[in-house]
Amino acid sequence: MVTLFRSAGRYVLLLADVFGKPERFAVYRRLTVAEVDKIGLQSLGIVALLSLFMGAVVTLQTAAQIESGWIPKWTIGFTTRQTMILEFSPTIISLILAGKVGGNIASEIGTMRVQEQIDALEIMGVNSAGYLILPKIVAALFIFPFLVVISMFLGIAAGAFVGEASGVISFADFQYGLQYYFDSYQITYALEKTCAFAFIITTISGYNGYFARGGALGVGRASTQSVVYSIILIMITNYVLTQLLLL
Amino acid sequence: MIEVKNISKRFDGNQVLSNISATFERGKINFIIGRSGSGKSVLTKCVVGLMEVNEGSVIFDGRDFTAMNRNQRKTVRQDMGMLFQGGALFDYLTVEENVMFPLRMFSKMSKPEMNDRVEWCLKRVDLEGKNHLYPSEISGGMQKRTGIARAIAMNPKYLFCDEPNSGLDPQTAIMIDNLIREITYESEMTTVVVSHDMNSVIEIGDHINFIFEGKLWWQGSRREILFSDNKEIGEFVFASEFMKEIRENLRREGAN
Repeated sequence: MVTLFRSAGRYVLLLADVFGKPERFAVYRRLTVAEVDKIGLQSLGIVALLSLFMGAVVTLQTAAQIESGWIPKWTIGFTTRQTMILEFSPTIISLILAGKVGGNIASEIGTMRVQEQIDALEIMGVNSAGYLILPKIVAALFIFPFLVVISMFLGIAAGAFVGEASGVISFADFQYGLQYYFDSYQITYALEKTCAFAFIITTISGYNGYFARGGALGVGRASTQSVVYSIILIMITNYVLTQLLLL
Repeated sequence: MIEVKNISKRFDGNQVLSNISATFERGKINFIIGRSGSGKSVLTKCVVGLMEVNEGSVIFDGRDFTAMNRNQRKTVRQDMGMLFQGGALFDYLTVEENVMFPLRMFSKMSKPEMNDRVEWCLKRVDLEGKNHLYPSEISGGMQKRTGIARAIAMNPKYLFCDEPNSGLDPQTAIMIDNLIREITYESEMTTVVVSHDMNSVIEIGDHINFIFEGKLWWQGSRREILFSDNKEIGEFVFASEFMKEIRENLRREGAN
């Protein structure tokens, strides 16, 4: 319990350093653009692949569950839309990114720590926490919502295509389901969740990397811990935000 | 000049440094030597502010570094350059970008001025033409020289070198030693070198501080260390039979 409070305290103090005044805005801006590419655009492939197959599977599974003739076919489109927008795209994609992006951030910063590169930054008078972590937070807050919107679109499009191709639902019925009782606030809710998850992934991974100790083994441990803690916090935050924002 | 006054450092109740006072003079190469685990690296980290002392103070030319807050320390840190044991170069930057890094962050130089300064620094450490190579593409000696070039880019008043010769062949080690000596004397820097390497100590050490069990055990010049009767110094400096033989020869020559 003491360790938990100590870690929470160190996390808050680290965040205070991260949001300290940057030495040179131009340098931070360049770093942020590079991070948008590294943590965002380079994740586009895996996000697209997962979303396409998940949208297709949700459509087929929903179709397989609807046996009663009383339930209209357009329910399939409706269910695919709700699944993709409310949970799959914001939450499951964030969990995937916690593994890919979070692990990468923790190992990158952790390696810099054990190779004394962070000490070198400090000696020069650079706010190392801000220099290393702030561009990643800003980049993730900017690019994650785009990834999630792309994921929603691809998942729903794959569902519509597979539904039509397999003959379980016509495109017209799927479209009707998609439009049925659509509330744009659900998109807002999903993007708000995504921003919260982006913050969790980058700061938790940054924290674990920044305080990594003990050579290669320490970097590996930091990477694993960042993924595990990010996933746990994402699930808890998901529950809290759903309670707060949807009900 | 750097003055270390009565500093002590503990880790979880374990006393690592006890009441150390020393002076590192300007224009001189000041060595901190001692066995592994004696506390010399901790002492250096306390001096540069990478670790906080439990007691005592570190004073840079009259400025009490230990009493400063983070922002105040930044101004002193911009007068510091440090060469790390492993180089600590940024992997994702080229040699040129590594040397330019502190200039980009803190100087008000224009791009052409920065380029000129980087070229001068690289020429000074004999790394001309290596500008666009990454740290992984150059040898250990070149990495150390790049580290020195980065350390002197801002024309610092204080230069710290942590084990500058570790992992280098004897010839390259001598080259690095000569470079440290030339840079120190040219720019009148206060240089502090942490090392195990007695060749370096004898070659370029102006003032030597011997740390033993967390205490400043002995200090003096490189000549004095050769003739010291201190038991611990003798065991550290003349650990091998070969070195003991050299000491006997030196003493005989001295007596004659």
